[in-house]
Amino acid sequence: MSNIPHLLTIITFLPLVGAIFIAGIRGEDAHVARNARWVALWTSAAVFLLSLLLWFGFDRSNPGFQFEERAEWIPALNIAYRMGVDGISMPFVLLSTLLTPICVLASWEAIEVRVKEYMIAFLVLETFMIGTFCALDFVAFYVFFEGVLIPMFIIIGVWGGPRRVYSAFKFFLFTLLGSVLMLVAILTIYSKAGTTDISTLMTQKFDPQMQIWLWLAFFASFAVKVPMWPVHTWLPDAHVEAPTAGSVILAGVLLKMGGYGFLRFSIPILPDASHTLAPLVFGLSIVAVIYTSLVALAQTDMKKLIAYSSVAHMGFVTAGTFAFNRQGIEGAMFQMLSHGIVSAALFLCVGVVYDRLHSREIARYGGLVNNMPRYAFAFMIFTLASVGLPGTSGFIGEFLVMVGVFQSSTWVAFLITTGIILGAAYMLWLYRRVVFGKLEKDEVKAMLDLSPREVAIFVPLILIVLWMGIYPASFTSITGPAIDQLISNYQVAVGPAQPGTIIAPAEAAPAEPTTQPAPAAPAEGQ
Amino acid sequence: MTSLNLHAALPEIWIAVAAMVLLLVGAYVGDRAMRLIGLLTIAVMAIAIVVLLGIDVSAVPQLAFNGHFIVDKFGVFAKVLALLASMTSVWMSFSYAEREGMARFELPLLMLLATLGMMLMISANDLISLYVGLELQSLALYVTAAIRRDTVKSTEAGLKYFVLGALSSGMLLYGASMIYGFVGTVSFAGLSTALSGATPPSLGLIVGLVFLCAGLAFKISAVPFHMWTPDVYEGAPTPITAFFAAAPKMAALALFTRVLVDAFGGLTHQWQQIIFAIAVASMILGAFAAMGQRNIKRLMAYSSIGNIGYALVGLAAGTQQGVSGLLFYMAIYVPMTLGSFAVILAMRQKGQMVEEIADLSGLAKSQPWLAHIFAAILFSMAGIPPLAGFFGKWMVFVAAVNQGLYVLAVIGVVTSVVSAYYYVRVIKVMYFDEPVGTFDRVDGSLKLVLAASLAVVVIGIFFINPLQTSTIAAASSLFPG
Repeated sequence: MSNIPHLLTIITFLPLVGAIFIAGIRGEDAHVARNARWVALWTSAAVFLLSLLLWFGFDRSNPGFQFEERAEWIPALNIAYRMGVDGISMPFVLLSTLLTPICVLASWEAIEVRVKEYMIAFLVLETFMIGTFCALDFVAFYVFFEGVLIPMFIIIGVWGGPRRVYSAFKFFLFTLLGSVLMLVAILTIYSKAGTTDISTLMTQKFDPQMQIWLWLAFFASFAVKVPMWPVHTWLPDAHVEAPTAGSVILAGVLLKMGGYGFLRFSIPILPDASHTLAPLVFGLSIVAVIYTSLVALAQTDMKKLIAYSSVAHMGFVTAGTFAFNRQGIEGAMFQMLSHGIVSAALFLCVGVVYDRLHSREIARYGGLVNNMPRYAFAFMIFTLASVGLPGTSGFIGEFLVMVGVFQSSTWVAFLITTGIILGAAYMLWLYRRVVFGKLEKDEVKAMLDLSPREVAIFVPLILIVLWMGIYPASFTSITGPAIDQLISNYQVAVGPAQPGTIIAPAEAAPAEPTTQPAPAAPAEGQ
Repeated sequence: MTSLNLHAALPEIWIAVAAMVLLLVGAYVGDRAMRLIGLLTIAVMAIAIVVLLGIDVSAVPQLAFNGHFIVDKFGVFAKVLALLASMTSVWMSFSYAEREGMARFELPLLMLLATLGMMLMISANDLISLYVGLELQSLALYVTAAIRRDTVKSTEAGLKYFVLGALSSGMLLYGASMIYGFVGTVSFAGLSTALSGATPPSLGLIVGLVFLCAGLAFKISAVPFHMWTPDVYEGAPTPITAFFAAAPKMAALALFTRVLVDAFGGLTHQWQQIIFAIAVASMILGAFAAMGQRNIKRLMAYSSIGNIGYALVGLAAGTQQGVSGLLFYMAIYVPMTLGSFAVILAMRQKGQMVEEIADLSGLAKSQPWLAHIFAAILFSMAGIPPLAGFFGKWMVFVAAVNQGLYVLAVIGVVTSVVSAYYYVRVIKVMYFDEPVGTFDRVDGSLKLVLAASLAVVVIGIFFINPLQTSTIAAASSLFPG
């Protein structure tokens, strides 16, 4: 364990301190902008370094919550500020802390107006993102989860493209509508169980009929966040209009909140309903994977194409999650982390050319390999990772998901596999149209290769993608124990029929009933 | 019990005497003394709060005037809130009144008298004192709405308010007379005892209750008795609108709660349906009607209708938790609404007041702090955490869900999304649009109010527990045993 007390609180609120500091900067515009950038960079870098303490101090054999903290907040209502991470949430914290400094760097030159407010919005956003993944109390979770909307709304609306207002509203209202239904579910759980402590609620059992309604309310929120077909329509709009860094955070972290929600709340707290309604999730996932892949093929806008590919990839995540076996959930987790890095990097790749030509039209480009070889290399790595080439992070996630889903349902596995083929088609076609071909257009000829700043953005992401692809065990060993516990609790819950409402099942989980091979095994042989 | 016990009514007596003295001062010195009288009015109210907090209600409620008047924890909480809201409104009215040529010394005095009416309403313990308090408050408010008698809008607002207000008073009196006729008493304690029996209530009594509720619903501008609100809000001078939106709402809601929970506690199932219906209607109308508004004061009027709907969700639960939620909601709502009106009062271009939402365009660039504060207040009103408004909604919805009112909770949260649309639309205008013109420098007095409401909205999250504890204590006095 770490030696620093209140480590999670420090990591969560340090960005907010940085934001307050930036708010205090006075002076002429250029001076303020420069200082705001540097303060934001240093703050987010410091947060990232601190979050590495989580990685190194994490006890990989412990399936429960670690780095736990608790402070009284509203004792009159039995609501407290509780923080803690386990194998499921800790990687997301790192994902958030890693992507924020990258976003700050990516916006270094792209954002020229109202830089101070921009950096404040990003740091506030980081606080809310980290808090969402760390919170162990429903009210605290909801506060962070919903709080994300405010800075993201401002980021899309102020620094976005031409249709930014429409997109910002769509993003805000879609997500809010889903979330308030979850709020009713949280209120109901609170009124039945008398507590909002998530770790206590995981040990309680709700009436199966009630579970269905609660599950659907949670589903409304998480399905919009993921996003699942048919409530995904806000995502392409938001992505297209958001500034590059906004897209990076949206794809990299915000979508993961939905998947995280399923793993953290839906399955452990409402196992029976999850079991009953898994076919619904499978069905929507299949549609998402196939339909949005086909839609992606038809896009002429780079960002829109990648946005639709995100919906398809998140379809894998939801399918894997509701396979309820180790490979499926492990794969879903891995796919989320991989997608968090890869799609973020792809949006950064689009951002690089957008900064130079101010167009996202695929047809405006072509032949970039000739004058931008470094860019072509980086873009290739991420394209192949998105396609799921063995040796990259994308392969491990998709492979595990398919293995997991196959055990659950052959047909579902068959259908979502078509998504991989379609994924290869649209990504490789995108790459061909942008990077290969003749370098004919004058404006494209004038484009310069990656600057040192941009290289500094891409190098860590490339290394992580390869690391995750070649030696996934360093990630699965973190997520593994927590997922094992999740599955065994789930199987106990849905196994024999248990009457009555809130009863506390045995805390001690029985031995793993299935004998699954180690998930990382197939990948290590690459 | 059966004594005058004037000690319990000391704050009210103090305000009444002070108002008469200040009236004499005004009569001799004239309109020049407006600011002086205003400041003295604030001081009078501050002293009233101190006196009020000095009354010992910790064990049992204090009764005065032979039981017509009650001071309990619930009353103290509501009165403190109403007094603070009135003080803020008087404070915000000075510069406006001086600039816009309505610097009459009667203005702060009328507000003081209205506040006295509110305190009587909150402390009313029978239907007669209820009516007396209500009329004292209303008559003073009618005059303040029309205080700019040289403008058409203001006189129209005053007249409209008066005609419709008189109608609602009539309904209330009619209901009260029916109740008296069928039960034989006007005192809340007597009604409570008479209705606690097992015999089903007579139809006449129910009709009386419905009329009483209609009259009171008018005062809190709940749907379907909301018609006057947008016109009066728009027509009345802005500081007066700010006053209307905060203190009288608090007082009328407290009165409504006391009548229903205390006097008609035996008919909870009957009035719950009424409250349920008007809460749903208010939330829905408040959300949808506000969307098309272009005038910020009309927007705030519909917003207040919606917010009253949310507060009534707590009352609809009919439990101690619900009443506590209602008080909590109002304690958050009152500073938010006062803060919003402080922003509206700051909307002045080249010496002229402007009221269109479009006039706020690009405020984030021209006056960033004003925009940030208004954005925080609006996000809070929309119920987006971590701002304080979210917790107000949380408290009332928890109470509703605990009583199994899931439908009410779902309608509530869905309308809150709809209302988020129009709140966020104002933020869009301030942040995403280009500036059209800059506002004049913000008065120092407004800055104070803005800072205070920002503090409530943002820092309030750390003070939920003490507020919750005091609202529970306040609500407990309506639920003995």
